[in-house]
Amino acid sequence: MSESPPLLSVDSLVVEYPAKGILTRPFRALDQVSISIGTGETLGLVGESGSGKTTLGRAVLGLAPVASGSVMFAGTEISHAGRRQRRSLSRELQVVFQDPYSSLNPSLTVGEILAEPLSVQGVSKVDARARVKELLDKVRLPSDAANRLPREFSGGQRQRVAIARALALSPKLIVCDEPVSALDLSTQAKVLDLFLQIQRDTGVSYLFVSHDLDVVRHVSHRVAVLYRGEIVEEGPATRVTERPEHPYTQRLLLASPVPDPDAQAQRRAHRKGLAVQRQEQEH
Amino acid sequence: MTTLEANNSLLPMGQGSLWKRVKRDPLALMSLGLLVFVALAAVLGPFLVPHDPNQASLGSVLAPPSAEHLLGGDTAGRDILARLLYASRYSLLGALIALGTALILGVTGGLIAGYYPGWFDGVSSWLTDLIMALPGVIVLLAARAVIGPSMWWSMFIFGIILAPSFFRLVRSLVHGVRDELYVDAAKVSGVSDFSIVFRHVLTVVRAPIIIQMSMVSVIAIAVQAGLEFLGVGDMTIPTWGSMLNEAYSKIYIAPQGLIWPGAMIAITCSALVLLASAMRDALERSRGASRSRRRKRGPAAGNTRLTSTSVSESTRSVETPESSALEVIDLQVAYDDEAGRITTVVHDVSFSVARGEVVGLIGESGSGKTQTAFSALRLLPAGGSIIRGQVRWKGRDLAALSEKDMEGIRGTQIAYVPQEPMSNLDPSFTIGSQLMTPLRRRLGLSRADARARSLDLLDRVGIPNPKRTFEAYPHEVSGGMAQRILIAGAVSCDPELLIADEPTSSLDVTVQADVLDLLRDLQQERNLGILLVTHSFGVVADICDRVAVMQQGRIVEDGPVRTILRRPAHDYTRSLLAAMLQGREPLSMLTDTGEEGTHE
Repeated sequence: MSESPPLLSVDSLVVEYPAKGILTRPFRALDQVSISIGTGETLGLVGESGSGKTTLGRAVLGLAPVASGSVMFAGTEISHAGRRQRRSLSRELQVVFQDPYSSLNPSLTVGEILAEPLSVQGVSKVDARARVKELLDKVRLPSDAANRLPREFSGGQRQRVAIARALALSPKLIVCDEPVSALDLSTQAKVLDLFLQIQRDTGVSYLFVSHDLDVVRHVSHRVAVLYRGEIVEEGPATRVTERPEHPYTQRLLLASPVPDPDAQAQRRAHRKGLAVQRQEQEH
Repeated sequence: MTTLEANNSLLPMGQGSLWKRVKRDPLALMSLGLLVFVALAAVLGPFLVPHDPNQASLGSVLAPPSAEHLLGGDTAGRDILARLLYASRYSLLGALIALGTALILGVTGGLIAGYYPGWFDGVSSWLTDLIMALPGVIVLLAARAVIGPSMWWSMFIFGIILAPSFFRLVRSLVHGVRDELYVDAAKVSGVSDFSIVFRHVLTVVRAPIIIQMSMVSVIAIAVQAGLEFLGVGDMTIPTWGSMLNEAYSKIYIAPQGLIWPGAMIAITCSALVLLASAMRDALERSRGASRSRRRKRGPAAGNTRLTSTSVSESTRSVETPESSALEVIDLQVAYDDEAGRITTVVHDVSFSVARGEVVGLIGESGSGKTQTAFSALRLLPAGGSIIRGQVRWKGRDLAALSEKDMEGIRGTQIAYVPQEPMSNLDPSFTIGSQLMTPLRRRLGLSRADARARSLDLLDRVGIPNPKRTFEAYPHEVSGGMAQRILIAGAVSCDPELLIADEPTSSLDVTVQADVLDLLRDLQQERNLGILLVTHSFGVVADICDRVAVMQQGRIVEDGPVRTILRRPAHDYTRSLLAAMLQGREPLSMLTDTGEEGTHE
């Protein structure tokens, strides 16, 4: 994977949100962040709320204000791409959002939602309809789903619709922003399987954003850990998620509970031990 | 197709759905009928009467109704019917000009200002405030002095004065839609802003705009009639207002002249108002329906039992010693909707929580775990009730208790820790006052004592600077802090049992670990019983002694936490545990359905 040039490379990216007042400084959501993703590879991005992990995904998609740094996608600089460039980019770069409720327009049918990215690319109505059918099949939804409204579907099914929309144009990279965190455990497992299956079938790359270390370990080849807008650790998925080096990643790992009382008691004791150590260091 | 239609009727945004709902409202249909009649009279009327509205004939001055002049003659001997029909035409046209001007300016301005934050938004909002500060009628009188008596011009200017009502409505609606993820998804797909506004934004705002249109029309008609009545309008064309003006001058001789134009104004305006309120009702009802679908399990007070069949045949209802705390026996919870259908969400659930014991209630969304927990507090959302079974607490059945007796138990004996800490603190009161109120009300502490105790509690739950937090407002603290504060509040009146509904699911894992530590410490310190609702086996493993697994409103399995987690007996528990990611081979399929697909 490392021989081929990366599909996406983000270099020293800074994202700043303008402040409300004139005198206050803008809020820096990301500070000098660099990542890269190869073809067919998944980079897991983990961090807690406010760490900037969602912002990084949005910056790649052109939905966050990039102050400096570069975002190269397939050899092209896209950090300040206009709507026209985005339109051609959308064939290769897509997104699946966290909330399957607000990411689908409630007044459009599933068929219309799936056809939207196709019609933007000038695909004819007949071809679009055939493609919608194909997509629904791919995400294992019944083909009559096209005529129904999002509200008739469960959270997991809606997320399948969102995945189908992302797949409509056979992209090379999909930014997945917490795509399973709103789902139940068993639904989460099925949707993760779907993501893996699609990657096996199509060779798509994922930028997989999640707060859940277990989810990230399961789907990623490499993992980057964000903390307060900076990447504190990056490496192969199993190394970072099982033998973390940075204290923050260690804390993150020890804080996620394991489903066994005794193992969890051990993990808890370990975490408390580290916390005491940290306090002693601070004093 | 039928399901599609049925669901369409609940859809909040669509124009079609609004029409479908309005169609079923007789009052709205009647108003609509009247409006159509008035409009037809205005359009076709002048072709049906033979008289010219301005043709005066001395013989018919103030003439009574006759075959030739159906409504008689006016002060100048003109045919009242002809004048009335022409007046309808001009009055409605005038109102349409005002409405159209307001619509074009207000809606386009609102769409642009709402969608693009920036200078346009700033300038147009400022302009809107300016226009709204102007006294409308005085501006119209001044305009008449400058441009002369023209109904068209004055209605155009009035349209500008009315535009802010559309502008503000549309701008705030668009603001709400702009940040929806489906708009972001459309942007990622390269959809142009113009298409996004038309496809995704306008569908949301059109129904409220239609309602606003009918209210604005009423104002336009009334103000226009008022201006003409005052005589500042154009006297060469007949309008309802000018007819009123003329009739008023002969009110003592022929008062009936006031009736016709007055009736037209009254009918048109009331029909518009009634139509608007019917549409608003339809819209709100559909909003309510869609909201209830995603109803957060927020407790609502004032629900009563449908039937009080406190069953005594249950053999499990053994006499329990006072200390054994909560015992739920054959609990059944049901909801009735507006149509009177009853849906049972909890079936025959039995479990107990002893003093000093932590019992987990685990299940996926919709499994009834939260409903079960709320039943123990008797805080089921509106429409929900315990229809069978008992909630035994210290020898009493809470399910049969009066609301007043229940109030004596909530907080002081059984307390509650909610799922979303932020929405459970009132943003308009300081944290201190929210902590002190129950202490003073329930325990009768003095202000100073309550304050001291609150500060102690905040310190106990690990708030770094209790004094500052005591004086802070909820928006000034983080989610983790807010949950600590709510836990402090829950234990403030020394309860024996805590009911915690997903107390950590909205928190980051590191914060979750700290909050669980706090709950465990408090539980051991005070020998609390805890009923913990959760969807996470990790949380169960961390803190629970026993656990009950719920599926579709039933407990499928319960027992000591080690037994359930290590040797689950029920298939459902096994499938849940199998869906966990810990210990699984990375990048491997988790479910059978996934493996099936590999041959594709």
